[in-house]
Amino acid sequence: MATTITKTETLVGKRIRRREDPRLITGTATYVEDIQLPGMHYAAIVRSPHGAAKIRSIDTKAAAAAPGVAAVFTGKDTEKVGPVPCGASLPDLRVPHHYILAIDRVYFVGHPVAVVVATDRYLARDAADLIEIDYEVLQAVADPEKALAPGAPAVHPEWPDNTAFNYHQEGGDIDKAFAEADVVVKQRITSQRLVPNAMETRGVVAEWRGADRQLNLYTSTQIPHLVRTLVAGMLGLEENRMRVIAPEVGGGFGSKLNVYAEEALMGFVSMKIGKPVKWIESRRENFLTTIHGRGHVDYYEVAAKKDGTILGIKLKIIQDLGAYHQLLTPAIPTLSVLMMPGIYRARNIRADIVGVFTNCVPTDAYRGAGRPEATHGIERMVDILADEIGMDPVEIRRKNFVTNEEFPYPTATGLIYDSGNYAAPLDKAIGIVDYAKVRQEQAEARKQGRLLGVGLSTYGEICAMGPSPATPAGGWESATVKIEPSGKVTVMTGSCHHGQGEETTFAQIAADELGVDIDDILVVRGDTAIVQYGIGTFGSRGTAIGGTALYFALQDLKAKVKVFGAMLLESDDVSFSGGQVICNKTGKTKALAEVAGASYRAMKLPPNTEPGLLATHFWEPPNFTFPFGAHIVLTEVHKDTGNITIRRYIAVDDCGNIINPLIVDGQVHGGVAQGLGQALWEQAVYDDNGQLITGEYMDYTMPRAHMMPWIENDHTITPTNVNPLGVKGVGEAGTIGCSPAVVNSVVDALSHLGVRHIDMPLTPEKIWKLANAGGNN
Amino acid sequence: MKINLTINKKRYSHDVEPRLLLVHYLRETVGLTGTHTGCETSLCGACTVELDGKAVKSCTMFAVQADGANVTTIEGIASDGKLHRVQEAFWNEHGLQCGFCTPGMIMASKQIIDRNGTPSEAEIRHGLEGNLCRCTGYQHIVNAVKAAAAAGR
Repeated sequence: MATTITKTETLVGKRIRRREDPRLITGTATYVEDIQLPGMHYAAIVRSPHGAAKIRSIDTKAAAAAPGVAAVFTGKDTEKVGPVPCGASLPDLRVPHHYILAIDRVYFVGHPVAVVVATDRYLARDAADLIEIDYEVLQAVADPEKALAPGAPAVHPEWPDNTAFNYHQEGGDIDKAFAEADVVVKQRITSQRLVPNAMETRGVVAEWRGADRQLNLYTSTQIPHLVRTLVAGMLGLEENRMRVIAPEVGGGFGSKLNVYAEEALMGFVSMKIGKPVKWIESRRENFLTTIHGRGHVDYYEVAAKKDGTILGIKLKIIQDLGAYHQLLTPAIPTLSVLMMPGIYRARNIRADIVGVFTNCVPTDAYRGAGRPEATHGIERMVDILADEIGMDPVEIRRKNFVTNEEFPYPTATGLIYDSGNYAAPLDKAIGIVDYAKVRQEQAEARKQGRLLGVGLSTYGEICAMGPSPATPAGGWESATVKIEPSGKVTVMTGSCHHGQGEETTFAQIAADELGVDIDDILVVRGDTAIVQYGIGTFGSRGTAIGGTALYFALQDLKAKVKVFGAMLLESDDVSFSGGQVICNKTGKTKALAEVAGASYRAMKLPPNTEPGLLATHFWEPPNFTFPFGAHIVLTEVHKDTGNITIRRYIAVDDCGNIINPLIVDGQVHGGVAQGLGQALWEQAVYDDNGQLITGEYMDYTMPRAHMMPWIENDHTITPTNVNPLGVKGVGEAGTIGCSPAVVNSVVDALSHLGVRHIDMPLTPEKIWKLANAGGNN
Repeated sequence: MKINLTINKKRYSHDVEPRLLLVHYLRETVGLTGTHTGCETSLCGACTVELDGKAVKSCTMFAVQADGANVTTIEGIASDGKLHRVQEAFWNEHGLQCGFCTPGMIMASKQIIDRNGTPSEAEIRHGLEGNLCRCTGYQHIVNAVKAAAAAGR
């Protein structure tokens, strides 16, 4: 099953299949649930069925006496553990104390109340059913705007206004911009709550080795090192006595960029019972208790000149936070503010965020995390403005693009866009779709009563998260590269990929730099006992930051090889190719394995040089990167059913240099599927009692194979100068570009009926009403 | 209850609780952890295995219902160290990212091409309706099934 590549071939930029796949396609990968340890016990968690309630009493006697039960714990037992941490800081942020098990009150459906531990997973569930909890049910509030209304039930009694924070940001002179405007357009735009739905639910195996005072925690996470630091703190355990292993991780999309109550709870349980314990989240629990994404109500106002020049943007965000802050909850909408001008020259902005507590599971980072919301908003507003002044959506975008000469471009929100050529992907997409022709088709179809739509988005995003001052837990990444005595190369990365293919792309980078066969390289990640400290994989940072850390570690290592080269080859002017270190002056060669062997054997060392070939680099990025692109979507709306057909989907992305086009295409496809899910189908709906009524796959419409259109994707390449690889990041691009292009297309199909805006998801019922009653409905 | 069955051409005999799900039997009693549980409600397809030649969802079947059956799991489709052509195609076409849905997806794809050697794109998508993937947007999976079908011709 070896990947065969000619040794001297350059691998960066090649479409090669992934090196992690053999274990995944043969069913031999190890996910958390696959871990079996001697004496393993199983945990079942009892959760609140109510959105808001006081706990009058908990009776655990019958459960504790049930067959196979080792222990039962409630909030009183775990009161000193924690709290579940919030890593985000905002001025005057209200942070509720987030116990790992509820103490005397529950705040959302799914709130953990008790844990039962038994010798078998079925017995644990049986016993969990025997726990009697007497609740005094309280009035819940699940809608953020209702939660802000006077007299609304208080999620946290100590803060009756349900407001966790108010955030304000201004750039330029917004009042002047609006005073000088020929036209102002306003729109309320929602970005509904979504359930991330990694196919592998969360899961934890905790193994306390009392005699060693050592806790091993296997958890399905994107951030093993941060989990170690924070969960050790929650448990009062020394950090170096805890080892966190993220084995194979079955998807995250931001939902595993977090520290959860269950991670500390399983550590606590294992330390109490002295046995390994396993908890695997059920899908139902995943819907109820793993973070949700989005949850915005946005009020936009855009001021412009008659010719389409955007002068200023006002935005008020009402952010549904849920009942608690998870790791980054309050920080997510601030990313929306940073991105609110999109890729347009809008010099004047005013933004306000109200963070609102509701009796729902917390929101946090989900694919795009604040950026899809902002892009959806600005891309809808640009279309609304174009409609208002009778301008073509393509022309209004061109009119407002930041131009190529303006980079690096400082935005009104305080960012500096690194590089861009915003017209390039738009031109390419227009060429692929033949824009003039599809507009003509649309006009003809309208005459026949058919509803065709043409929609686009030209989006930008913030990737490579990010410079440390702008991120809550450090924004750098680390890499260690070791050339073993045999010449084989081991890369240890602080990135923690979970589907992104970095075992392949990182090996491509290392193979090129060291001139070795890709099969001589092993990429290791996800174990705090093996990998130096790292941050993790999220925010399209894996390659742009983790890959760059690797690049610099490789340079450090090559410098050391050169020192040995000077000794063995009489010159330190050497190059690396075909597994050889080649003296550029004499043409003499030494196998890298030979140099490595000499460095470890250390019979003779160059002056002031340590034995061994190992280098570690922690790379702090000087800026974010700002990829961009253009998506064009052709739709047909079926008047009789309200169904929408995607006739064509064109995605042209510019993520800078591409390490592996096959993997980049996969990232775009998957991103588009999640964007399309939001645009057309998915929504986490809570009723007024705080019950999640789309809490299973029967009710929550995930995109399936037959629902997806063929995605025609292409790229333009505008490298960044933020990192030497010129890569920007692509994990979230598809999602960010998608939803506005789809909604713009459907609104376009219905625009002659007076429809100006439709909130997502574009369900058939909603569309049927609009198609049959026009803008009056 | 005592059950006897064949899994990946090997005979097994176990005494199991009547309520034990087939997926838990395969994963925990037999130790074949390649079959995954994604939803426990037969809606995601991560647990898909072949039972007497038909793709079934092992999370909504009891182990005792498989008594006497011939079961094939993801671990059983490669032979003599050679990947099954569906596995090979998933690898070549990048038909997977996180890999969690992949065993079920491969078993469902194998069923599609076992039934129809020349499936159209629409037939492939229809055949995959019962299997959820959150990573790929399905496009590379569709390519993989096409490639696997072509490799069998």
